[in-house]
Amino acid sequence: MRFILRRLGFYLIAFWVSITLNFLLPRFMPGDPVSRMFARSQAQMKPEQMDQLRKMLGVDDRPLWEQYIDYLHNLFTGNMGTSISRFPTPVTEVIASQIGWTLLLGGTALAFAAVVGNLLGVFAAWRRGGAIDSALPPLLIFIGSFPYFWLAMGALYLFGVVLGWFPLRHAFSDTLQPDFSWEFVSDVGAHLVLPALTIVLVTIGGWMLGMRNTMIATNAEDYITMAEAKGLRPGRIMFRYAARNAMLPSVTSFGMSLGFVVGGALLTEVVFAYPGVGYQLLNAVQGLDYPLMQGLFLTITAAVLLANFLVDVLYVRLDPRVRVS
Amino acid sequence: MTASLASTPTDPAILSPQAVTPGSGKYDDDSSGGSDAPGGAANPGGSGVSGGRCRATRRSFTQGLLTNKKALAGTAILLLFIALALLAPVLFPDNPSKITGMASEEPSAEHWLGTTAKGQDVLALTIHGARSSLLVGLTVGLASTLIGIVVGLASAYFGKFVDEALSVTTNVFLLLPGLPLLVVLAAFLPPGLGTVIVVLIVTGWAGSARVLRSQALSIRSKDFVAAAVVSGEGPLRIMFREILPNMASNVMSTLLGCVIFGIGAQAGLEFLGLGDVSTVSWGTNLYWAGNEGALLTGSWWVFVPSGLCIALVAFALALINYAVDEVTNPRLRKIRAPKDRVPKTAAHKSGSSHSKAAQ
Repeated sequence: MRFILRRLGFYLIAFWVSITLNFLLPRFMPGDPVSRMFARSQAQMKPEQMDQLRKMLGVDDRPLWEQYIDYLHNLFTGNMGTSISRFPTPVTEVIASQIGWTLLLGGTALAFAAVVGNLLGVFAAWRRGGAIDSALPPLLIFIGSFPYFWLAMGALYLFGVVLGWFPLRHAFSDTLQPDFSWEFVSDVGAHLVLPALTIVLVTIGGWMLGMRNTMIATNAEDYITMAEAKGLRPGRIMFRYAARNAMLPSVTSFGMSLGFVVGGALLTEVVFAYPGVGYQLLNAVQGLDYPLMQGLFLTITAAVLLANFLVDVLYVRLDPRVRVS
Repeated sequence: MTASLASTPTDPAILSPQAVTPGSGKYDDDSSGGSDAPGGAANPGGSGVSGGRCRATRRSFTQGLLTNKKALAGTAILLLFIALALLAPVLFPDNPSKITGMASEEPSAEHWLGTTAKGQDVLALTIHGARSSLLVGLTVGLASTLIGIVVGLASAYFGKFVDEALSVTTNVFLLLPGLPLLVVLAAFLPPGLGTVIVVLIVTGWAGSARVLRSQALSIRSKDFVAAAVVSGEGPLRIMFREILPNMASNVMSTLLGCVIFGIGAQAGLEFLGLGDVSTVSWGTNLYWAGNEGALLTGSWWVFVPSGLCIALVAFALALINYAVDEVTNPRLRKIRAPKDRVPKTAAHKSGSSHSKAAQ
């Protein structure tokens, strides 16, 4: 329990840092939002309009601490301001309409890569020097060296443009209305394959190597020899004894890799014009939509922190040593 | 693995996976344990050695690297790219962005890698692109490793409150999702090469600080450091002359990891159009390829070379990294131990560990 509280405290600090960062960035960075928008409008903006914008963004002449309190108040009442590029939709609404797609893409890719990668790692370590162990690691390291977005471009070109197996962009066909019909779900699935595949390809090597290296250490433990001496079935030793004990580092990486998957999803979403938060974040940056950009950043951060906290809770269930200390 | 996990049970950082990626965790064990690992004599991370032996082990470390095939292959690829980057103005004296041919020409004798939709020579763009990409990668790598060294050493040496504060800061930075932070930072700063470098250092230093701190911690607890403290050596001297030389291999693999991060992240940032789109680099090449619809028009030759170069450089650096790991960590080399210690195995060349430690 003490451990959980400690971690909770840490995540609260982390969240406070990101909130404050979000507050300070537009106020202290050289590129002040309003003057940038002024420049973008080719100096067509009237002074009153600029004042209005300042007011809307909460960047005015009041002392900093007053702005900060206002900002915190707005945030905790769920008010992230109004999107500029999609005026007058509130930022929260824009995010809500998009976060589902990122969760779908990132979640599918992460789950698939973690499960398959770990299984491959288990098999590689179990038959050290076998086909899986000698051929896959170098290949996966090599594939993992490619930039996410480049693999995405390659996949889009090869499977989308040349072979025409999968749709090129967006999350579902324009002709369909979102509902729970078989037609719509399968269409979403077809649009999901390529973006998810690129994320899986890049990340799977890390999972496999991580699991393999821990498994090799676990395989040398006495209780494995003992289990063999008792004459247990190899499959049982492999999964119930060796893999189970080698799992902890993988669970830990799961939380951290969420951050990477969000980042990877951002790039992949841009290549495939997949309507998730990453794609929207880039659009917001290009459209100088500062409220939306900040809202998206906070949402992504909060999601990653929350997921990490859940992994910690799970960790306490899995590793008794953490509970004792 | 268990030892390194259990040794710092209250450390909030245990759960920050970067350091607990199996590779680095195991690595900690071996290099601090030194003598109990098979063939531990060749372990440069093994501390508490006298000056003479230290030099000897360091020589054998260099020798080990020189005879390691992975290290040689990686170095060869890397040197090739560095040579190309340096020779770019000689090979293609013209401005690479100059339009020299028809739009979207396929590779031919005149344009070896074809032309872009604007009619620029892709080969010239790719070779000139190496300059900016390698420069940014190396700068970011060196700077983030340097910050990592200072933070890690200070954490380990001073301990207590300093360690607590630095660790929390490091972990917060590790946890904040990197790419979204990069995007937001880049959006607020004026575009340019300097911005890209600063932004990448801000988001990249934490990984190296984590890894180096845990290694420095294990060396900090050695007797020879205690002896140095008792004999009245100053903090700076102990940190940089006593502790740092004993973690040279960790610093090196961290540096390599940071350079990989730098090159990849720069490319990602520029691909999103958040860098300076007027400079020529592998990232901006890909940005223009995407922007000019190279994918949809089927001009594969426009986007393949730059991406392949990034991957090759990253792969070369990773190879050297794995080689450093193999040379310093005997367990990952060919197995010479009695067979009964490792069931179900055959002597073979092992792959690698240290998975993405510093990313």
